Amino acid sequence: MTDTLTPVLTAFWDEPDSFMIDGYRRHHGYEALQKALAMEPDDVIAAVKGSVLRGRGGAGFPTGMKWSFIPQNDGKPHYLTVNADESEPGTCKDIPLMMANPHVLIEGIIITCYAIRASHAFIYVRGEVLHVIRRLQHAVAQAYEAGYIGKDILGSGFDLDVVVHAGAGAYICGEETALLTSLEGYRGLPRNRPPFPAVEGLYASPTVINNVESISSVPSIIANGSDWFSGLGTEKSKGYGIFSLSGHVKNPGQYEAPLGITLRELIDLAGGMLRPGHPLKFWTPGGSSTPLLTHEHLDIPLDFEGVGAAGSMLGTRALQLFDDTTCVLRAALRWTEFYQHESCGKCTPCREGSYWLVRAIERLEQGEGTDEDLETILDVGSNIMGRAFCALGDAVPVPISSAIKYFRDEIILHSKNGGCPFDPAASTAWAV
Amino acid sequence: MPFSEDTLTRLKADAAEITGRYPRARSALLPLLYLVQAEEGYVSDEGMAFCAEVLGITQTEVRGVATFYTMYKHEPAAEYQVGVCINTTCAIMGGDQIWSELAEHVGGHAGDEAAHADALGGTSDHGDIKSADGKVAVERLECNAACDYAPVVMVNWEFFDNQTPQSAKQLVDDLQAGRDVVPTRGPSRLCTWKQANRILAGFGDGQAAEGPSAGHASLVGLKLAKERGWRAPSANGRSAESAPEKSEQVSAAEKGNLPPQHGAATDAGVAAGGSAESAPRDNAETPARDSKESS
Repeated sequence: MTDTLTPVLTAFWDEPDSFMIDGYRRHHGYEALQKALAMEPDDVIAAVKGSVLRGRGGAGFPTGMKWSFIPQNDGKPHYLTVNADESEPGTCKDIPLMMANPHVLIEGIIITCYAIRASHAFIYVRGEVLHVIRRLQHAVAQAYEAGYIGKDILGSGFDLDVVVHAGAGAYICGEETALLTSLEGYRGLPRNRPPFPAVEGLYASPTVINNVESISSVPSIIANGSDWFSGLGTEKSKGYGIFSLSGHVKNPGQYEAPLGITLRELIDLAGGMLRPGHPLKFWTPGGSSTPLLTHEHLDIPLDFEGVGAAGSMLGTRALQLFDDTTCVLRAALRWTEFYQHESCGKCTPCREGSYWLVRAIERLEQGEGTDEDLETILDVGSNIMGRAFCALGDAVPVPISSAIKYFRDEIILHSKNGGCPFDPAASTAWAV
Repeated sequence: MPFSEDTLTRLKADAAEITGRYPRARSALLPLLYLVQAEEGYVSDEGMAFCAEVLGITQTEVRGVATFYTMYKHEPAAEYQVGVCINTTCAIMGGDQIWSELAEHVGGHAGDEAAHADALGGTSDHGDIKSADGKVAVERLECNAACDYAPVVMVNWEFFDNQTPQSAKQLVDDLQAGRDVVPTRGPSRLCTWKQANRILAGFGDGQAAEGPSAGHASLVGLKLAKERGWRAPSANGRSAESAPEKSEQVSAAEKGNLPPQHGAATDAGVAAGGSAESAPRDNAETPARDSKESS
């Protein structure tokens, strides 16, 4: 029987030097690298495939399979790009991971590059997290000094350079093709797929793009074996993951557990909801791009299949919890404003759709909306979904559509009431 | 103002180091823009011309990129850029109230930047509200990946966690008065806006080892697991992470009651023995700015 919480990546974040190379080595750091370098690269790929690790950045694509798409002996340079642009509202796992344990990411990068035969890796980290960037730069320098990065790594003949690259404040760059465009020094606009990055990625060369947590999970898989990893979690969602609780809960923060834990269990671990008498009203399972769920969904397993069956997505396990003091329309409006602000403007459905959605939701929130506005919102939403250039566009109508699905009466009440029936002061962290 | 010869020589040496990191020089454009922003506090026409010359591209191409990304300023920034997260979770947890009170405190009115700009002539094209002395500017930010510390305020991209309107106003007052201000999860000294941009360009300031490994909220799950003896299994049935001895567990729990030590995060409000209810989050690690406001 597996324990309820299974700290692996978070296991020693409480030690004062957890981010230093010595602190990491004290916890068997860089031992998986030595093991991997003694394996054939294809066997490393097979091990990660066998673990059934699925991407931890939200989409859940099998990591090992992604690696196996990289053509071999093609004479082109290969690249690894780590997506450390964590910007999805509610998502706050990779930033503390890189602050407290950057070396596990670096060890994962080296193993991954060895497997996919890449000699250049980039960590594309969002720019707005200065201390995390310091820690990454410092850890990369330490790894060079120790001979884990650079020429002829540990006598294996394998060469690798790792570059920490700071983004500059654009949510769209978390979309993998926009990230590549940005890393090439251009405006961060997404690209058509195909060709997929595995064939034509960075500089039109084969490129793997993986989330921080995915790459950081690799050393534990190599060290403990595929079966160890796939022995955790549920039937189709293997392994462990970091669950991030925020909002109206007593002890928000990071909880590392096998996939499949429920929100009811997590809230219990977090000491319950923030204020007695104010129960959970709605929540996001994995960031603002995943449809809202309600108290009816407290017992669904938080894995890819369980959340999917409930009509949402596991996403980044960014569990934002809101109690009954919160106006769902206010929340949905703010998220929609975010998408409007972050739309790159490349495609019409996202650029125009996000603008008009915000206008219509504003009318509703101010109590000036009509039933027709509701229908317009749903209609605009369905014309963005599936017609936008990238996943950002698909996410634009998600918060408001799911809010209407579960809280239509409350939204209509705004118009009947001539304004919002909620007091924002009652929702704050300091409200009694 | 054009760069002096000395400045140009220095910038060119830095630029060569930056372009050397990449297989193709054009990839260096984002860090190069940070480099010139570190010099002048914003991306000026001269700064963009410098980037264009280094990369052999047109100034228009540089401007196209510089205007796409919100972290580049197009008018001189303040010494301290204070950003209030107003994305949903922070907003609802109090970020909206922090923003409106802070904007007024600094001298403007939230949501009325244009009128304020006319009055003071001191706001940038990003809608920042600048203090009269130009030392501090406040702006609204999107989600900064610190939702478990909501509401969050950033200063020069350092974390100031679990803020209140009172603590945020005190923070701005301290910055204006030149008093020491320490981020919750960051180095022991707050750097200036220009220095921050130099780090973003890829030049470290030697402060990486300062500050805690993790904040209190980052550790709640780990603390609970340790208290309850939960751990990940290992390949051969033992713990993947060596289990602490019983005595160590107790001392680890007791540590939470001690004052914070350098580099050690304090207890997260999860009381020893798992009675989390007895430790409301207000008792968690005190934010760098004292933050109690009971309204």
